[in-house]
Amino acid sequence: MRYEVANTVEEAVAILGQAESGLYPLAGGTDLLAQIRSGRVAPDGVVDLKRIPELREIVADDAGYRIGAAVSGAELGEHHDLVADWPGVVEAAELIGSTQIQGRASMGGNLCNASPAADSVPALIAAGALCSIVGPGGRREVAVEDVVTGPGKTCLAPGEIVAHFSLSRPQPRSGDAYLRLIPRSEMDIAVVGVGVGLTLDADGVCIACRVALGAVAPTPLVVPDAAATLVGRSVSGAALDDLATAASAAAQPIDDMRGTREYRVHVTGVLARRAAMIAAERAGS
Amino acid sequence: MKRHVSAIIDDEPLEFLCDDGQTLLDVLRDVLHKTGTKEGCGTGDCGACSVQLNGRLVCACLVLAAEAEGARVDTVEGIAAEGELHPLQRRFLEQAALQCGVCTPGFLVAAKALLERNNDPSEEEVRYWLAGNLCRCTGYDKIVRSVLDAAADLRGETA
Ligand SMILES: Cc1cc2nc3c(=O)[nH]c(=O)nc-3n(C[C@H](O)[C@H](O)[C@H](O)COP(=O)(O)OP(=O)(O)OC[C@H]3O[C@@H](n4cnc5c(N)ncnc54)[C@H](O)[C@@H]3O)c2cc1C
Ligand code: FES
Ligand code: FES
Repeated sequence: MRYEVANTVEEAVAILGQAESGLYPLAGGTDLLAQIRSGRVAPDGVVDLKRIPELREIVADDAGYRIGAAVSGAELGEHHDLVADWPGVVEAAELIGSTQIQGRASMGGNLCNASPAADSVPALIAAGALCSIVGPGGRREVAVEDVVTGPGKTCLAPGEIVAHFSLSRPQPRSGDAYLRLIPRSEMDIAVVGVGVGLTLDADGVCIACRVALGAVAPTPLVVPDAAATLVGRSVSGAALDDLATAASAAAQPIDDMRGTREYRVHVTGVLARRAAMIAAERAGS
Repeated sequence: MKRHVSAIIDDEPLEFLCDDGQTLLDVLRDVLHKTGTKEGCGTGDCGACSVQLNGRLVCACLVLAAEAEGARVDTVEGIAAEGELHPLQRRFLEQAALQCGVCTPGFLVAAKALLERNNDPSEEEVRYWLAGNLCRCTGYDKIVRSVLDAAADLRGETA
């Protein structure tokens, strides 16, 4: 197996774009190196993206944040402004694995590995994040919810990489939150994950909302029907009941050893309600 | 063809040759014969292979040796400065926070990384920080106590 280093986005695209290169992008390696070892994938080599400045930095300006696709969870958690503005995104990224995994695991890798249960993806979708994708054909901007097309599959063309994510500056009185259920308190794969992002008006009425679900369908789901239950209402009582019902209705989970279909459908509603309450509390403070 | 890598390992500038596909764990153990770092699972689940890479706690089994070019790698073998046991090592010994010992190097490296950032962690913080280190023998309690006591030592609160 070959190991190549790219120092710029252009270099990465040039190496990965060679026809039949058989090379995979390498970010933190917490999925890829484990898959290579188990034989699940057998690339001819990897192209290390971690020396590319755009993929490694968090840039904040008036418009918002550009978060390098290979920034690790530990680094996200140390960025105080980002934590203050998008706590749901950071808490989701920080749920990935142990402290050791956090030292390497990136949101770019979490997205491109395209697991239905990837924790940071519903949170990014709920936050309305976009990602900047670069490849042989140039650069394009894609909403995070449009990237994953099936288990292990993305919309990336050969030679394309995710360079960075963009998040706007949150509107006043906005908050986001991510919750997942796992059978233990650390180090497991989500049975259900729910991200909620919302904005309140001065009276506490919800004026905008996004809801995204993880682990209950072949891809992370964005659920406008669930979001719509909160808009125009205060985030309490019957509005939350309706949100839970709509979120459960959108879940299309499988039965497996982590949980039955029925259980997952129920938990989806419970977590949607709780995540919305946390997001609303953050929006109000 | 072998790749030539230069890195600072346990404060010592070292050079080694490796295959592109070899992990940092394999090189530490099989090339540099620094067998203090252990292999439990090879998949990032057990933490036995914990090292710090440029000051970040990572699993050496999920790092390619080639990635260490120009990096600083700190393993369990650098923890006892000049033959003097680190408070963590002393406390682990005193309180018998190990039985078979396979997990111990990983716990020591991970706990040291915690105490470098926070020398007054709560028990809950210690348990969460160490959630990626598995021990099949001790039941964890003695490990957690040892880390808390070593933290107190580092704060100068105990003899
Ligand atoms: C012990 C353990 C626990 C884990 N726990 C969790 C968990 O709780 N929740 C969770 O969601 N995941 C978990 N994971 C999975 C994994 O850590 C995450 O998916 C992580 O975010 C992957 O990021 P990475 O940077 O390590 O990706 P890599 O392994 O480097 O890459 C993953 C995939 O994405 C591709 N890729 C990486 N970066 C890019 C890019 N910028 N552009 C295009 N393609 C790219 C790679 O080619 C590869 O196919 C765990 C893994 C381990 C080993
Ligand atoms: S050997 Fe690396 S985590 Fe188990
Ligand atoms: S002492 Fe045996 S695994 Fe921990």
